[in-house]
Amino acid sequence: MTRKQKRGLLIGGGVGVLAVAAILVMFALRDTIVFFQTPSDVVAQKVEPGQRFRLGGLVAEGSVRRGTGTHVEFTVTDMTESVPVTYEGILPDLFREGQGVVTEGTLSASGVFVADTVLAKHDENYMPPEVADALKKKGVQLGQGASHPGQQ
Amino acid sequence: MVVEFGHFALVLAVVVALFQMLVPMWGARTGNARLMATAKPAAIAQFALLLISFLSLTYAYVTSDFSVANVAVNSHSAKPLIYRISGVWGNHEGSMLLWVLILALFGALVAVFGHNLPSRLRANVLSVQSSIALAFGVFILFTSNPFLRLDPAPFDGRGLNPILQDPALAFHPPFLYMGYVGFSMAFSFAIAALIEGRTDAAWARWVRPWTLAAWMFLTIGIAMGSWWAYYELGWGGWWFWDPVENASFMPWLAGTALLHSALVMEKREALKVWTVLLAIVTFSLSLMGTFLVRSGVLTSVHAFAVDPERGVAILAIMVLFTGGGLMLFALRAGQLRQGGLFAPISREGSLVLNNVLLTTATVTVLVGTLYPLALEGLTGQKISVGPPYFNMTFVPLMVPLLLAMPFGPFLAWKRGDLRGVAERLAAAALLAVLAAVVTFAISGRGPWLAPVMMGIGVFIMAGALAELVFRAKLGKVPFAETVRRFRNLPRSVFGTSLAHFGVGVMVVGITATTAYQSEQVILMKAGESREIAGYTLTFRGVVPNRGPNYREQVGQFEVYRNGQFVTTLKPSKRIYDAPPQPTSESGIHASWRGDLYTVLGDAQEDGGYSIRLYFNPLVRLIWIGALIMFAGGAVSLSDRRLRVGAPRRSRRLAMAPAE
Repeated sequence: MTRKQKRGLLIGGGVGVLAVAAILVMFALRDTIVFFQTPSDVVAQKVEPGQRFRLGGLVAEGSVRRGTGTHVEFTVTDMTESVPVTYEGILPDLFREGQGVVTEGTLSASGVFVADTVLAKHDENYMPPEVADALKKKGVQLGQGASHPGQQ
Repeated sequence: MVVEFGHFALVLAVVVALFQMLVPMWGARTGNARLMATAKPAAIAQFALLLISFLSLTYAYVTSDFSVANVAVNSHSAKPLIYRISGVWGNHEGSMLLWVLILALFGALVAVFGHNLPSRLRANVLSVQSSIALAFGVFILFTSNPFLRLDPAPFDGRGLNPILQDPALAFHPPFLYMGYVGFSMAFSFAIAALIEGRTDAAWARWVRPWTLAAWMFLTIGIAMGSWWAYYELGWGGWWFWDPVENASFMPWLAGTALLHSALVMEKREALKVWTVLLAIVTFSLSLMGTFLVRSGVLTSVHAFAVDPERGVAILAIMVLFTGGGLMLFALRAGQLRQGGLFAPISREGSLVLNNVLLTTATVTVLVGTLYPLALEGLTGQKISVGPPYFNMTFVPLMVPLLLAMPFGPFLAWKRGDLRGVAERLAAAALLAVLAAVVTFAISGRGPWLAPVMMGIGVFIMAGALAELVFRAKLGKVPFAETVRRFRNLPRSVFGTSLAHFGVGVMVVGITATTAYQSEQVILMKAGESREIAGYTLTFRGVVPNRGPNYREQVGQFEVYRNGQFVTTLKPSKRIYDAPPQPTSESGIHASWRGDLYTVLGDAQEDGGYSIRLYFNPLVRLIWIGALIMFAGGAVSLSDRRLRVGAPRRSRRLAMAPAE
């Protein structure tokens, strides 16, 4: 093989691997990504039942009810609309009424969000950015904790 | 007073960095040896000043000087000493100071040990290195100054986030930064090579050990972070494909590729242009990692309170160095001389395959990490890209890489004999098939891919050992001769084998725990028992306890196996004093089969508790594998020391394995 042919083989191989990867990436991005929705989006019927998405907002005050076993019900609100949520499992340490939360799951036919994941936060002061943004758009005043502690 | 001293030292360090950036490079341009020689004292002075600055901040933390805003916000007088020290880098300002300190450390090491480098190359390298230090020094002084005072000083501090109060996490950032920042050496050497328009043997001989050292630290740093997430977050998982994890994983992938391409460049003077590009890309990914973690642009469970304005500043630094580096590359890469020829089936060819797959994998991780950002910027839609994406894209790229791994070290340089190599690996392949069959027979469940991956893991381990056996000619020559050969093998051969072996160990651990994990989420009242993976757990209720800076409720689980008492597991729920934040501590029993992992949940109204039980088979092999990889790097590095000073001898050593 000449030098040119060898280089061609090298580049061809590299491009081949990249092409395979690109196809994988395209399929994966089509099938595996999860959209973020607010309760208003859900009420406006932007989401089909059975479709997987993330629901974010505040845990409504006084809405948390523990059922039998590890069954939990609560309401996620963006101060305009609210969506009831059910969850089977152990809630994260920082899950609390009046605090921001992100849950992942599907909407049932009856309009209840069945969550299989409730996202934990690492930090008391931390508000998931999507939640903070979504709430700001709704005109909700965020309390202490939405900004960096160094700025207060 | 000490704090002002530290502040002043930081300002001086920035001034020295400015000097070190300009003067040696001017000397290199004009051929002025005296100007070039100023780089050495400047680099050492810069490091000394930053060390003083860092130590004075540490002093403020240890003595709990709450008149310093940074200490007041991030520390508390009741915190144990180790966490008062680790609190220094447990926040944005302090961690950036540590970042620059490590940057200066690497510069000083080049200055001290680089006496055999060509003086022009050394001057340029230290100058480029200093330009990075200057950028970050100015960034710290103007946007993230840890030395600002508060007046009046608060009575006590706000405390460090309790989940960061953990030994593994105390040392996670320094190791991670040693890795991230260590790649700056490769970057500085690459830029210096482009400025001069040439690279020589000395260049690759220098770049490889630095890259190897950085890679070792990054490996351990990532492993520590994963270990911490495993036992502290209480989700039973060890890797979440979280954007912040990806931020450290991308430089690791690119750095691993760089490590292997630098090998080709050192031994065969081939792949020069590619290696220089990879060096620029690897450090750019480190900068991007810093940007992603510190700017808060990404939604992440790891995202601690962060500040977008600083993010813009780091983004500007990143664009400057990445863009500048790539621009210089585009202008000058053509001047680098092409090196040796090789056939597709050869050691070089296998290392090229390694590079193609690793860089492509890096790109898929990059796309998955940045796609949500891009989509939100373009359409305003918010999405998350989770583990399913990475399982679909990253894993298929790793399978051929792992399969090819044992072949590489057996292939000869220039032109290899694939059939011969396959014969030498026959025993390893047989073991691998056996492992796959045994896995399938024992488990009888889980995805079909799992036994295959177990086989691949065993193939890599056995292949790594097979290389040593082959080189020592075990069974082919008298045993005494084998021992002699074994002793005379270069350390780098042992290092490679060990590191590859570690990868195999890790693959086995990852596969076993991913495919065969058992999980139960249940309610238990005191006195009740539950079975999981051959263990019987009896819940004996909850006992209150008081720690140094927290109160906790400690669950008591008696663990029995085959009727024999094994241990008492004590997962707990803690409430810290400052800040008053709850955390869960998992209770873990480790055995050679795997980890029994318990998490205490919320108390129920009827007196029961929600409990999470996991059995994670062979999970520890993941971190043991990382430790073995680190050890492999260390062994290989101990060989390098011989070579750095002795170019002529290195040629003979390099030839030795090919006999």
